[in-house]
Amino acid sequence: MIDVQGLRKTFNKGKVVAVDGVSFRAEDGKITGLLGPNGAGKTTTLRMLYTLLPPDEGRMTIDGIDPAKDSLAVKRAIGVVPDSRGLYDRLTARENIAYYGQLQGLSKGEIHARIDRFVDVLDMGEFIDRKTNGFSQGQRVKVAIARALIHDPKTILLDEPTNGLDVMTTRALRHFLMDLKKQGRCVVLSTHIMQEVAALCDHIVIIAKGQVAAEGSADQLLRRSGASTLEDAFVRLIGSDEGLLS
Amino acid sequence: MIAVWLKEVRDNLRDRRVILSTLVFGPLFGPVFLVVMLGFAERQTAERLESALELPVVGAQNAPNLMAYLERQGVIIKAAPEDPEASIKSEAEEVVLRIPDSFEEAWQAGKPAPVEVLADQSRRYSGTTISRVRGYLNGYSQTISQLRLQMRGIDPGLTRPIDIQTVDLSTPEARGGMVLSFLPYFILIMVFVGSMHMATDTTAGERERKSLEPLLINPLPRWQIMAGKLAATTTFGLLTLILGLIAFVIAMDFLPLDNMNMTLNLDFQVAAWAFLMTAPAALLAAALLTILASFAKSYREAQSYMGMVVLVPMLPSLYILINPTKAEQWMTLVPLLSQNVLILELVRGEPINAMWVALCVGSTTLAALALATIAGTLYSRPKLIFTSD
Repeated sequence: MIDVQGLRKTFNKGKVVAVDGVSFRAEDGKITGLLGPNGAGKTTTLRMLYTLLPPDEGRMTIDGIDPAKDSLAVKRAIGVVPDSRGLYDRLTARENIAYYGQLQGLSKGEIHARIDRFVDVLDMGEFIDRKTNGFSQGQRVKVAIARALIHDPKTILLDEPTNGLDVMTTRALRHFLMDLKKQGRCVVLSTHIMQEVAALCDHIVIIAKGQVAAEGSADQLLRRSGASTLEDAFVRLIGSDEGLLS
Repeated sequence: MIAVWLKEVRDNLRDRRVILSTLVFGPLFGPVFLVVMLGFAERQTAERLESALELPVVGAQNAPNLMAYLERQGVIIKAAPEDPEASIKSEAEEVVLRIPDSFEEAWQAGKPAPVEVLADQSRRYSGTTISRVRGYLNGYSQTISQLRLQMRGIDPGLTRPIDIQTVDLSTPEARGGMVLSFLPYFILIMVFVGSMHMATDTTAGERERKSLEPLLINPLPRWQIMAGKLAATTTFGLLTLILGLIAFVIAMDFLPLDNMNMTLNLDFQVAAWAFLMTAPAALLAAALLTILASFAKSYREAQSYMGMVVLVPMLPSLYILINPTKAEQWMTLVPLLSQNVLILELVRGEPINAMWVALCVGSTTLAALALATIAGTLYSRPKLIFTSD
């Protein structure tokens, strides 16, 4: 479970306010979506959660651990698919994933067994032993997901996971995320794509200009805004339609 | 940390460019350069010394005895070109001998007879030829003066109040060391060349292929990730060094050292000492290059920095070249300079000063560790992680 209270982050010595008092909760066994236009502060919020950026103000905990205080413990507890999904071109997909397993301190046997399971679940059999040089976006994302989840984390953060994926891969990914949810994990993803939250998320946090504009389930947001579609609701709640025309 | 090391080594061993620069080009550059250069120099000198001297002479008819003497010495007398000065300037001739019309007159009167050697002394290659011509002329001059004195019943020895004899005390090893004063540079440069690709790939390269951010989300202190990368970079530097030293030892067989009358003390034992002293410099190079490459935004930018860093090990070599003093203790405390000085001592065949070697290794290790510590803290700065944004 993730609990975020009044998170604030500025850049350039306070001149640029990226995140301005964001608060939300992400429960276990649910998929929480951070929805917002580009540049709203979603990625910065996630980066603070996965410890690469220290917050200026506010508190956050992941399963009771404060990422700002015990970053190593948090890193062991979470699996992250960040915006940059760089793989090592000269290594095979399997080696890429195994490397992260080693960094997580897993034994050879565990790594082997888990990769086999991912090959199954994510349908990677065809390319698991090929060098990742020349992989398609979909193949890359699958490898990035497998390596992020190699240590079987309870909390999973994904930054724009469906970016650049075709319809079939997106569908497969959604099924995979639903499975994670059914296993009782806490899944948080950021996106600017409306259909994605509608199809996936139990809890939606709308972020605009670094602040939480509204949060709740899809139904709650519809009711609160009085709009008939989620898209209209979104536009009304953040007060503009910028960044949605993608 | 070991996982990082293993991965970087494996990753880079699959990169053909790394293999080429580290394991082929790096070690071979020095020895091949040495063999080719020395071979060339030796051939040039030998050719100039051994080939018959062709000497254009203006006014040969003024001194027939001198001409006969020169021909007895194996000099081929040629007719002079129309305009001797111009032919020298245009490099058609190296040296022209001119015997003025006043020669005959002065000779008969027993006065010093004038002879002119025309040459452009600013051209280095003409040096050998000029001194050969001078040598023949001096020889003739002495023969004649001795004859004249003997004719008057005077001991020719009187004209030589001083008998100058230069006794060359330099050992053949030391002469070799003089020629090879740039050998330390070739050895030092190897650890830089060997680390260069790796330092760029593990830092700027990691950022460029956007794998740095996910890497840092792993539960590993950042200094450990950096330490693994540094260790991998150092490994490649050391590998290059070992291969390069072996190549040098082998190359010794191909050097024309005997012909140039010098020996060069570079067997496997000396190479082992050189390795011991240069090994800490590998870590130094790795850390220095890694720090630089970490600040670069892209692979390309990093590589342009690398080019400049290769000049760093050249500085001490230049210092020694410009200011060739003997080795002193303070030099052994300056990293890179100390390797230069001590490797020179080694190849000159001087006894090994264990204290100096210890100081050299110690000071370089200390400097390397300091740089490595700086490198280790680099990834704690968010700026260095996200600059690709």
